[in-house]
Amino acid sequence: MPVELMKGNTALAEAAVRAGVEAFFGYPITPQTELLEHMSKRMPELGRAFVQAESEVASINMVYGAACTGTRVMTSSSSPGISLMQEGFSYIACSEVPCVVVDVMRGGPGLGNIQPSQSDYFQVTRSAGHGDYHAIVLAPSSVQEAVDLMGDAFDLADQYRHLVFVVADGLLGQMMEPAELPPMQPLRTERPDWALTGANGRDPNIITSLELSAPALEAVNDRLQAKLKVIRETEQRSTENMTKDARLVVVGYGTAGRIAETAVKQARREGMQVGLFRPITLWPFPEQRLSALTDHVEALLVVEMNAGQMVEDVKLAAGGQIPVEFYGRTGGVVPVPEEIYDAIVESYEKLA
Amino acid sequence: MHEEVIFAGFGGQGVLFAGQLLAYTALAEDKHVTWIPSYGPEMRGGTANCTVVVSDEPVGSPVTKYPSIVVAFNNPSLEKYEDEVKPDGLLVVNESLVIHQVQRDDLDLVLVPATALATELGETRMTNMILFGAMLAHRPMVALDTAEHVLLDKLGERKAHLHELNLMALRKGMELGLAQKTEA
Amino acid sequence: MTSAVMVEEKVVYERPESLADVATHYCPGCTHGIAHRIVAEVLDELGVRDRTIGVSPVGCAVLAYKYFNTDGAEAAHGRAPAMATGIKRVMPDHVVFTYQGDGDLAAIGIAEIIHAATRGENITTIFVNNAIYGMTGGQMAPTTLIGQETTSSPGGRSQTLTGFPVRMAELMAGITGSAYIARRSLHNVKEINTAKRAIKTAFLAQLNGLGFSMVELLSTCPTNWKVSPAEALAWVESDMVPYYPLGDYKVAEEVKPLMKRR
Repeated sequence: MPVELMKGNTALAEAAVRAGVEAFFGYPITPQTELLEHMSKRMPELGRAFVQAESEVASINMVYGAACTGTRVMTSSSSPGISLMQEGFSYIACSEVPCVVVDVMRGGPGLGNIQPSQSDYFQVTRSAGHGDYHAIVLAPSSVQEAVDLMGDAFDLADQYRHLVFVVADGLLGQMMEPAELPPMQPLRTERPDWALTGANGRDPNIITSLELSAPALEAVNDRLQAKLKVIRETEQRSTENMTKDARLVVVGYGTAGRIAETAVKQARREGMQVGLFRPITLWPFPEQRLSALTDHVEALLVVEMNAGQMVEDVKLAAGGQIPVEFYGRTGGVVPVPEEIYDAIVESYEKLA
Repeated sequence: MHEEVIFAGFGGQGVLFAGQLLAYTALAEDKHVTWIPSYGPEMRGGTANCTVVVSDEPVGSPVTKYPSIVVAFNNPSLEKYEDEVKPDGLLVVNESLVIHQVQRDDLDLVLVPATALATELGETRMTNMILFGAMLAHRPMVALDTAEHVLLDKLGERKAHLHELNLMALRKGMELGLAQKTEA
Repeated sequence: MTSAVMVEEKVVYERPESLADVATHYCPGCTHGIAHRIVAEVLDELGVRDRTIGVSPVGCAVLAYKYFNTDGAEAAHGRAPAMATGIKRVMPDHVVFTYQGDGDLAAIGIAEIIHAATRGENITTIFVNNAIYGMTGGQMAPTTLIGQETTSSPGGRSQTLTGFPVRMAELMAGITGSAYIARRSLHNVKEINTAKRAIKTAFLAQLNGLGFSMVELLSTCPTNWKVSPAEALAWVESDMVPYYPLGDYKVAEEVKPLMKRR
């Protein structure tokens, strides 16, 4: 496939098409709308389902319905729309039907603005709906990685029958960058045995999140938690750069991660032993690798486009062994490398 | 080579397209590149700008506080970005639409009456290509030849009638830029 | 000693195949059971049981998926039409229906039902209107009548405080994408038979790809109305039917031949 200059939103959409998504349900919201627009053209021309729903509440429940039939299905939105979908996430997670949700995050709280942000970290990793569960959350930092992770998201969703988020921010969604798309995958014709396909020659299949008996619902939770434990143990992903001899490691994901990389390289040029750790899965958080780094690293500096959300996971992974500093911008302000560099210098000077 | 370029002006001046032309041309030459627009809620008439990072290395930050190149299409953009350009950076100014006097003396300053020249060419919308040509004359991040090929490709058949005019504008900008180039 | 006599018996009444062989949780005198049965009979008669997917609501019928012998899903409160949309769009050859009560459809889910109809979504909705929230213990519904006493409208529903009961069939009939919209009642045998015919028309509309169809069924809730089952049936006729007149509210031209065929 040729390398093309693609907008993040469009690349996410086309990558999903290539991954064999059979249905898209969504509602326009800036800064993810190009994704929905791309789908409105591509899905019908391929004979696949596309519905512009009346709200995000409806679109996630359409996703839930289509997911019950064992097809590859997705929606996309941005922060306020993701808030509206919380109810559906919870039903989907409990019912254990696979689906993919793209969140192109913007500044909040409230209506906020349409500028890039990472203010949904808690929303997607912690509280994606009521009840005890975590969704799988993937966080690309480039258009190419967005394309690659989109395919992985559908595979993970199917493998674990679980809800998978791909989280970008307004900058990654709007940015154009060269990327190579994968070849078109054929649509699956087989449906899993649990899917709603009509009780033809078998007992009826039922998909529900209702379990009125407390012990029975606890059993459902036990099964869910056992699955999440496996995911937590096997699916942690991260990447790092210049961490081997680093005294200070900067931790950032997505757009903040790549901006931090520029600042880290500047610090290296100035002779500071600084490295970068970039989580790719936000849940499961790559605690194993980060925890291992604390053996030789003297301090961590977390950089986020929010008031400090992932920093809590970083502190858990660090386990109180080394100091964890934080630098963040909120409200849709994108930090520039220079200010992250200044934060690095400040943290570095504190090292013994 | 690593350049961080901001194109800035009014919506409708072809600011975003100028940035895209640089991005597509950089890709055509197998360079690393990012393009990001700055966007507001309005669809028309507001300010428009975009940041393009072109590099021989993979691009880390796609945003910059201190661009190495600024192409200012109008007065507000010039006022906003003059102080931000890196020392020894390049500032290309659309002389036709500015009243602000540039104060910095540590920059490579190129003043081009782009809108007036474009109007002379018969199409005000060629302003962006004239400024683009002037920029390339001073910072040959990509070859003019590649830019011309990419430009015609992006304009496509639908805008075939504008092919010649765009090329003329691009070359005119390059010519004016070279004329203002002081040999080191 | 009496000798055995062979008597030839004729089956006059049996459980439809589309109805699961289980006891329901519905209260004595509740007409949900009748609604379930006539829907199941229609699915049997149309021969579509093995390609039908039902979507259950939140409310008294929350467990409906256990009572229909078809594939089924349980939706979030009010979202059954959205969920059914998702299912139908990827399974267009299947028969998809929602079964919803008045709180589910006419309050929290009114956006979803209206937009399913505006899209002309090719699904069928069975809307059970018993003028009260049954499962949560008898609170006011959007369809509670003026003056009707509930646990959240003590002293009777006041129009100055809470406005007016919503007439869903009339509302849905005004939507272009609706192919067939009817209101029926379950308060006596004649009306039950009429209701079954309407349900059959609604499913036939779907099978012919004609768009959205809905049958509103006036239903009883003796438990929360605090009356006997017999009194409840009488109240439907005396109080509900005058405010919620029975009849066909929207019959698209293409639907008319489907009604004549029988």
